[in-house]
Amino acid sequence: MSTEAPAGPATAAAPATKQRSSGGGLGRYIVVRFLLIIPTVFILVTTVFVLMRATGDPITAALGGRLTPDQLQERIHAAGYDRPILVQYLDYLGGLVRGDFGTTLSDNRPVTEVLTTFGSATLELAAYALVVAFLVGIPFGLVAASRRDRLPDAFLRVFAILCYATPVFFAGLLLKLVFSVGLGWFPVAGRASTGTEIQLQTLENPSGFYLIDAIRTGDPAAVSDVLMHAVLPAVALGLLTAGVFLRLVRTNVIGTLSTDYVTAARSRGVGEGRLLRKHAWRPALIPIITVIGLQIALLLSGAVLTETTFEWKGLGFQLAQYLQARDFVAVQGIVVLIAVVVALTNFIVDVVAALIDPRVRY
Amino acid sequence: MSQNPSATAHASNGSPAPAAAPARRPSLFSRLPVVSHLNQSVGLQRFMLVAGLVITGVFLLVAVLAPVLAPYGFSQLRTPEGAFGAQQPPSSEHWLGTTVGGYDVLSRVIWGAQTAALVIIVAIVASIFLGILIGLVSGYFGGWLDRVLVVVADAIYAFPSLLLAILAAIVISGGRSNLWGGILAAALSITVVFIPQYFRVIRAEVVRIKTEAYIDAARVIGTPHRRIMVRHVLRNSTRTLPLIVTLNASEAILTLAGLGFLGFGIEPTAAAEWGYDLNKAIADVSSGIWWTALFPGLAIVLAVLGITLVGESLNDLADPRLRSRRASKQVSGDVASTSVAVEGGVVVDVTEPGAPIGDPLRDPADRPGRTSDTTEGRS
Repeated sequence: MSTEAPAGPATAAAPATKQRSSGGGLGRYIVVRFLLIIPTVFILVTTVFVLMRATGDPITAALGGRLTPDQLQERIHAAGYDRPILVQYLDYLGGLVRGDFGTTLSDNRPVTEVLTTFGSATLELAAYALVVAFLVGIPFGLVAASRRDRLPDAFLRVFAILCYATPVFFAGLLLKLVFSVGLGWFPVAGRASTGTEIQLQTLENPSGFYLIDAIRTGDPAAVSDVLMHAVLPAVALGLLTAGVFLRLVRTNVIGTLSTDYVTAARSRGVGEGRLLRKHAWRPALIPIITVIGLQIALLLSGAVLTETTFEWKGLGFQLAQYLQARDFVAVQGIVVLIAVVVALTNFIVDVVAALIDPRVRY
Repeated sequence: MSQNPSATAHASNGSPAPAAAPARRPSLFSRLPVVSHLNQSVGLQRFMLVAGLVITGVFLLVAVLAPVLAPYGFSQLRTPEGAFGAQQPPSSEHWLGTTVGGYDVLSRVIWGAQTAALVIIVAIVASIFLGILIGLVSGYFGGWLDRVLVVVADAIYAFPSLLLAILAAIVISGGRSNLWGGILAAALSITVVFIPQYFRVIRAEVVRIKTEAYIDAARVIGTPHRRIMVRHVLRNSTRTLPLIVTLNASEAILTLAGLGFLGFGIEPTAAAEWGYDLNKAIADVSSGIWWTALFPGLAIVLAVLGITLVGESLNDLADPRLRSRRASKQVSGDVASTSVAVEGGVVVDVTEPGAPIGDPLRDPADRPGRTSDTTEGRS
C-alpha cells in the first residue's frame, strides 16, 4: 500500500484495489478485516482522548467550584494531569491495553467496574429492541414491497418514516403516558420491581442479564416482572430501528423483484407469494445484514436516551448521570467501550455477510 | 461534450437565439433540484413530496415568524397581572398549558422552531463547506492523505453520532451556554458528525469523475488543478447533495433534541429548545401531566417528518427502480445520459437499439414519433 502512495494522482487507486481482489479466501478476508479493527479503535480512542483533553483537565471540570485552587492543584498533580499531554496519552493507551480505564471522579469507582455492572443492562435492552425491530420491520417491509404503490404500501411507508422521525425519548414518554400512566398495563420505569431486584441479587454469579437471572431463579413471577418492565423500553427503542429495517427490506425486495431471474420465474408461472418467499427475499437479505452493523451505532445512541427516559440502569443512564456531574473520566471510559463494541459488531456483521455472499470477500 | 452535462447546459442556455430550438432545454427553474423532482413525481410519491414540502414550509414560516406568532417570550414567566404558575393545564391564557418551570408551552414550542432552524442552517452550511472541501482535495489528489482521511472518516462514521455530538458539545461550550453560543455549539457538534458523510459522498464522485476523458483533456491543455477541481470535478459531483442535505437536516433536529434531552443543549433562558423541555417533562409524565411532553415532542416529529418526506421522495425519484411510473409517457433524462453518440452526429437511443434519430440535442421525450409510438405500444 505505502509503495504506491507517491504514484500519480489519477489512476493508481483503481487497479490497485482490483489486484488485491483476486485470490485470497474467506480465512484471509477475516484476518484482514479483523486487523482493520485496530486502526479503527485506535482512531476512535485518540479522537475521544483529544476531544476530552481539549476542554482542560477532568478534575477542574468535575470539582472546579467545590475546591480551593490549592486543593485543585494537589488533586491534579496526584492524578498526573499536569504532565505533558503526550505522556498522558501514552499512559492512557497503556492503561487501556491492560484493561485499566481509570477511576471515576464523582463516585471513585474503577471505570471497568462501572462498565461490567451496567454494560449487561444496555446489551439486554439492545437485544430486546433488535427483536422488536426484526418482528416489526421485516414482515411489514415484505408486505409493503409486495403491495407496492398501493394503500398498504403508502400506510407502511408513512409508518416507517414516523418511526424514525420520532425521537426515542418522545416515543418513550408517549408510551409511558398511554400504557403505564393511562392504562396501567406496564410499570413506569426501571428494570424490575424492588422485590424482584432483591431476589435477583441473592443469586450466585448473577449474569447481569435480568431475564436470564430471573429464569435461573425458577420463579415465573420474577420472569414476568422482568419482561413487563422490558416491554415499553424495547418498543420505544425497537420502533426506531424497525422503521429503518422496514424501508430497507421494502427497497431491496422491490429491487430483486424487478430482476431478470424473477421475471423469468414469473413467466414460468411461479406464484407471487412463492416468488417473494423463495426468489426475491434471500438476495435482499445481504444489504440488510450490512446495515444492521450501522444500526448498532444508532441503537446504542438510542439506548442512552431510552435508558434516561425509563430509568433503565444501564450504561446510557450512567453516561447521562456522569455527564451531569461533569465526570469526564467516566464519560471517556463509556464512550471508548461503546466505540469498541461498535467496531466489533461491524466486524462480525462483515464476516457474516461474507459467509452469505462470496462476492463480498476481497 | 456529451460527457459533460453542465457544459452542454451552458452552451444551450447561453446561445443568443433560444427561439431557434424551441423546447430544447427546460428552464433553469424547472431544473432546480426539488422542482425537477416534483415534475417527475406521480401519484403517491407526488403526494409524499408535496406533503413534506408543505410541512417543511410551515416549519420554516413558524421559525421566521416566531416573534409574531408566540403569545409570550420563551423565557417569560409572568405578565403584569402575575406569574404564569407551574404545570397549569391548557387554558384560554395558555393554550397548551405551562411547564414545570412556569414557562408557556405554546410559546416555547414556537420559539423552539426558530432555534432548530438556526441550528440546521449553521450545521449544514458548515458541514457542506468543510465536507466538500476535504472530499474534493482528498479524492482529487489521492495518495497517503486520501487513505488516512478515508480510514478516519469511516471510523467516525461508524461511531454513534449522538455520543460524538456530546463530546463535541463538551469541547465547544463545556456543556451549556447562551443563545448564539449554544446554537453554534450545537451546530458545530452536529457538523463534526456530518462531515464524514459529505466527505464520503463527494470523494466517491470525485474519484469516479477524475478518470473521465474530459478531465484528462483539461489537464493536457494545461488547466490549473484548482480550475479543474472547481469547474470540471466539483460541478459534476454534487448530484447527490440535495438528498443528503434533507436527510441531514432531519438528523440535525434529532441530534439537537437529543443533546438538549441529555442536558447538553442551550440554557432555557437563552433560547427555547424542544429536547430540553422534553427532559423536564419526564417527571411530569409519571404524574399524568401530558401537555408538557406532548407538544414539544409533536413539534420535533412534525419538523423531522416534513423534511424526511422530502428527502425520501428525492431518494426514490433518483433511483429508477423505486420511481413510480407514469401510466404511459415515461419521464426520461438528458440525451447525454440516455443515448450513445455514433459517427456523423447520429444518435442511437439505447432504449430502441438501431433506430437513428436526427437531432442529438433534442430531448428524447419531446420527439414526436417516439412518444406516440411508446404509448401505442404499451396500451
